[in-house]
Amino acid sequence: MSTSIGPGPSHTSVPVRQGVATGTVADAARTPRKRRRSSRPVWDEDPSVVAQGSKGIVLVLICLAVLVPLYTIVLTSLSSQAAITRAGGLVLIPDELTVDAYRQVLSGGIVTRAVLVSLGVTSVGTAISVTVSVLAAYGLSRPGSLFHTPILFLMLGTMFFGAGMIPMYLLVSALGMIDSYWALILPTAVSAFNIVIMRGFFQGIDPGIIESARIDGASEWRILFQMVLPMSKAVVAVVALFYAVGYWNAFFNAVLYINDAAKQPLQVVLRSFVLQGVSVPGQVDVGSGQIATLAVQMAVMVIALVPVVIVYPFIQRHFKTGVMIGAVKG
Amino acid sequence: MTLPMVALLLVFAYVPILGNVIAFQDYSPFIGIRDSPWAGMRQFERVMTDPTFWNAVKNTLVITAFQLVFYFPIPIALAILLNSILSEKVRTVIQSIVYLPHFFSWVVVVSVFHQILGGAGLLSQFTREFGLGAVDVMTNPDTFLFLITSQVVWKDAGWGIIVFLAALNAIDPALYESAAMDGAGKWRRIWHITLPGMRAVIVLLLILNLGNALTVGFEQLILQRDAVGAGRAEVLDTFVYYTGVQNGDWSYAAAAGLLKGVVSMILVLGANKLAHLFGEAGVYQKA
Repeated sequence: MSTSIGPGPSHTSVPVRQGVATGTVADAARTPRKRRRSSRPVWDEDPSVVAQGSKGIVLVLICLAVLVPLYTIVLTSLSSQAAITRAGGLVLIPDELTVDAYRQVLSGGIVTRAVLVSLGVTSVGTAISVTVSVLAAYGLSRPGSLFHTPILFLMLGTMFFGAGMIPMYLLVSALGMIDSYWALILPTAVSAFNIVIMRGFFQGIDPGIIESARIDGASEWRILFQMVLPMSKAVVAVVALFYAVGYWNAFFNAVLYINDAAKQPLQVVLRSFVLQGVSVPGQVDVGSGQIATLAVQMAVMVIALVPVVIVYPFIQRHFKTGVMIGAVKG
Repeated sequence: MTLPMVALLLVFAYVPILGNVIAFQDYSPFIGIRDSPWAGMRQFERVMTDPTFWNAVKNTLVITAFQLVFYFPIPIALAILLNSILSEKVRTVIQSIVYLPHFFSWVVVVSVFHQILGGAGLLSQFTREFGLGAVDVMTNPDTFLFLITSQVVWKDAGWGIIVFLAALNAIDPALYESAAMDGAGKWRRIWHITLPGMRAVIVLLLILNLGNALTVGFEQLILQRDAVGAGRAEVLDTFVYYTGVQNGDWSYAAAAGLLKGVVSMILVLGANKLAHLFGEAGVYQKA
């Protein structure tokens, strides 16, 4: 593998020498950290064909390692039983396409119910978590708020220790939350990490703006909702995504706190289908009788992936260093 | 404004700490914490002399060490590689692709591997076609370390580059230019400019990893423990779960969990001290 420093070759056919005349080095000097040069500077030697080629191959292989498994899973979920039998398992080349597996899985029964449970827990949980986090992050970003330092330490402390699984279980059952959806929300509702990210962002807002609003008589609530939040859409979006993905993906707390099979969220159902090979109770006799078990398994997997893949592009552009740097600095 | 957070943290992060008293009892859920008889340090003595506990400790440390060597450097190399791409568009596309698996659940990731490498998976489809018989990586204890490490790489190596990219962006491009003027080739510029420029972040993450040495992907392991067997796949967290919640030996599991929690906290605080000694910012700064 060949890597080169800074602006190096790309595996696409980028015209390598073109940008030199437009003075990209000077550009870079003017705004050294914001804008990257999009072409090779004068002093950087051209990479050899071998180096450039091997780099391209490595990058393509990395991307394929992510995409090929997803592709074959989606394709198999859309294939007929006959096509799956012909392929001897996962389908790589589109053969006989059908949405039977999805129709089967989503026409009521345990998967449909699990999807609804997961959607409910995720939306209620995210709403609670984001609200609590915005309020706390704003409070903690204003020095001199009531009990500022003790509360800050109270929050940061949770990053260094946890009570442990057994005491948590005893607490949740003492609160009567076994088999309650609240057990999937409240114990994980506050993430100190997310609040630290938000707080860092709020602290970066020019204090002069907030000060002048206060002099004009705006209350803290008004400052938060009408000034700070509109300026902080990016960080709120990213934190909301982190919480939502956390709730949607949570698996073990349901194993721990939910015994009632009818209340299990999607991840637990997915495990019993794909990893434990449990058949699909209550759904086997739906429709025309031809059951594509593998297709059904893959369909459940795709359903578990879809919300993440849908939301991801909208949030992804905010993953710029600006938001993340707060997390690194703490 | 911090009130809702304080309430949630007190109830769900601080009150349960008190629950650790059952580690010093013979706790029975039918009697309750208040009336369960005290056992002194007996549970801890049991833990310390239990070979299955020490097996879990060993597995945990082996997995941590293995992943430190075979996972940790990958995001660094990937970040340098990605950073060397000239085209903004290509870079963004690759970033979007490699970040994605981080947002998949462990159930999904393990299922993906099950479908590709399991006994009925894609790999076996090929090997059977060539008359080699089925290959089942998912249940083979001898390759378990490689299996779980490759899962971590698939899921998180892409996302892991994000902090390193930030560090790379902060390196002054003029350094590269003057090094090139002085005749340093690409590799020497990586060695003398890029890597030192990332040093602070690398040390920080290394230290965070040390602090988390006793915590290895819990959901990942509990999903695969039964397929591979407790001999290789039992780690401290799964040990606590199986002895406590599954077998009902509550006080014993709480003692093992408390031991792990205390040692972990010492590791995190010690690692942070270490960071200060190295002159890095560490996880928290002294106020």
